[in-house]
Amino acid sequence: MDLYQQLIIDHSKAPVGAGLREPFDAEVHHVNPTCGDEVTLRVRVADGVVDDISYAAQGCSISVASTSILAEEVTGRPLSEALDTYAAMKAMLTSRGQDSGDEEVIGDGVALSGVSRYPARVKCALLGWAAFTDALARAGVDIVHTPSAHSLSVDQQAASPHEHAPTPQAQELT
Amino acid sequence: MTVDPFTDTELARIRADFVILARTVRDGHPLVYLDSGATSHKPRQVLDAERDFYERTNAAVHRGAHQLSEEGTDAYESARARIAAFIGADPDEIVFTRNATEAINLVAYAFSNASTGGGGGGIGMPPSRTPELTSRFVIGPGDEVLVTEMEHHANLVPWQELCRRTGATLRWIPLTSDGRLDLSDLDTLLTARTKVFAFTHVSNVLGTVNPVADLARRGHEVGALVVLDACQSVPHLPIDVRALDVDLLAFSGHKMLGPLGVGVLWGRPEILDEMPVFLTGGSMIETVTMEGSTYAPVPQKFEAGVPVAAQAVGLAAACDYLSAIGMDRVHAHEMALAERLVAGLSTRPWVRVLGPSDPAARGSVVSFVVDGVHSHDVGQILDDAGIAVRVGHHCAWPLHRALGVVATTRASFAAYSTAGEVDALLTALDRVPTVFGLEVSA
Repeated sequence: MDLYQQLIIDHSKAPVGAGLREPFDAEVHHVNPTCGDEVTLRVRVADGVVDDISYAAQGCSISVASTSILAEEVTGRPLSEALDTYAAMKAMLTSRGQDSGDEEVIGDGVALSGVSRYPARVKCALLGWAAFTDALARAGVDIVHTPSAHSLSVDQQAASPHEHAPTPQAQELT
Repeated sequence: MTVDPFTDTELARIRADFVILARTVRDGHPLVYLDSGATSHKPRQVLDAERDFYERTNAAVHRGAHQLSEEGTDAYESARARIAAFIGADPDEIVFTRNATEAINLVAYAFSNASTGGGGGGIGMPPSRTPELTSRFVIGPGDEVLVTEMEHHANLVPWQELCRRTGATLRWIPLTSDGRLDLSDLDTLLTARTKVFAFTHVSNVLGTVNPVADLARRGHEVGALVVLDACQSVPHLPIDVRALDVDLLAFSGHKMLGPLGVGVLWGRPEILDEMPVFLTGGSMIETVTMEGSTYAPVPQKFEAGVPVAAQAVGLAAACDYLSAIGMDRVHAHEMALAERLVAGLSTRPWVRVLGPSDPAARGSVVSFVVDGVHSHDVGQILDDAGIAVRVGHHCAWPLHRALGVVATTRASFAAYSTAGEVDALLTALDRVPTVFGLEVSA
């Protein structure tokens, strides 16, 4: 089985940037109701850049490693690139084995490509990323219309919210 | 008198009835199915009974006077009688539902309806023969519902919702650290305020067998209605509802070799008689005018709409199948497998088995944790070897919180499970420390 690559084990045992830090623009709490995986995630956006992602994650190696990879790949990047990375991760994870991921875009995220062949685990791998985009939205970022870093438009006015808006939200469905 | 597990010959004969057990999974591994607590497989006899109903009899039962309708009604009512006999009940005490969850909701909504004047207390309802029974379904502020911390969500959330709708208060019996009910404060939890006392017979996570008759007696002493979740007992133990002494009991067909889509609510006749209806519509009425309706006698008054006849027939075939091989032997067989698994796990110090350590206090469900590795990851390693187990919180999140674990890995058995499958699980489990870099002392 190539699901548990060493990179995943390493990330899950020593998650990059773990812990909850201040300052932050929004905080969210996401849950995977089927297994009880939980992540509390904070995001700080400054000058159109993801300034910090801090989090407390509890869950399987896939969900913790994926959140760790999120922090590693996205922190310090412009919002447009961050959202491109999210889109590429989601496309790979939901591809049912058809998309092995572009290391140029998602970095260590390619280690999670095996997850896409296990539909029951896709939600684990997306937990932190879904929390991240939710947190961005709560921080006032237009996550739908922020232009891709690959598009010709260089409109960088997408976001620079600094109102302090921690809004913990439980999504306990079962 | 001791009852023996199945012999190898008997087991081979049983397994031959389950076509799915011959398939392979995950790159050619033989299927090792240890998730029967979630849903069991179904023998040919059950599938044939369902197919036969559709191919020969198919009709809307209790409707029409043509021959198919007569035969369909006979098949449906014969199924009711055989399922009743399987648990020591009379046919009119069996209400068919979609599953146990719906059966429990039916009871919870009967309380709601009694409390808001709906569901049969009003216009056109025949005068109650036993008003003190009807009033026991009225619940409101100051009243209490008592459950336990080990309940499946199906026997918890409907009661939370009943309390939210009516202003009653939910209370619960906590757990001991080894996953039994902590009954030390039962006298303060179970009082004259308790209108409903709902608990599970066998924990779907820990296998804990609760002292049903004792708890039922305590419940009745304070006048509570005693509701039993029997989802993990009816499929695995010989059950006599009279001996259990509860008032209402729910179980699902699909966990006991029967089809999906059919469950049972059993109730004492006088309780069912007085209990307000839940779902309303066709089939469950006596007379209907534009102003109002009166309702059919039990059990029809709880079976609105065209009944799930084919599924009921399939479930009756499952009961026949289990009766033929003997529920005492099914129980002995599954307990032997559980003991083999617990013994194997206990030689692995990196594995922690949850629940009572006394085998006499538990059923055949075995849940365990590997500290430092999430159950999803454990389950993935097992799945890679073709072994199907349940991982997560098994619809019993509060139980997991109470025991201080996020999630567990659960193996559960049925009549077709084998010792070889237990050994396959143990062997595959030994990959877990290697893959996840656990330091394991030899």
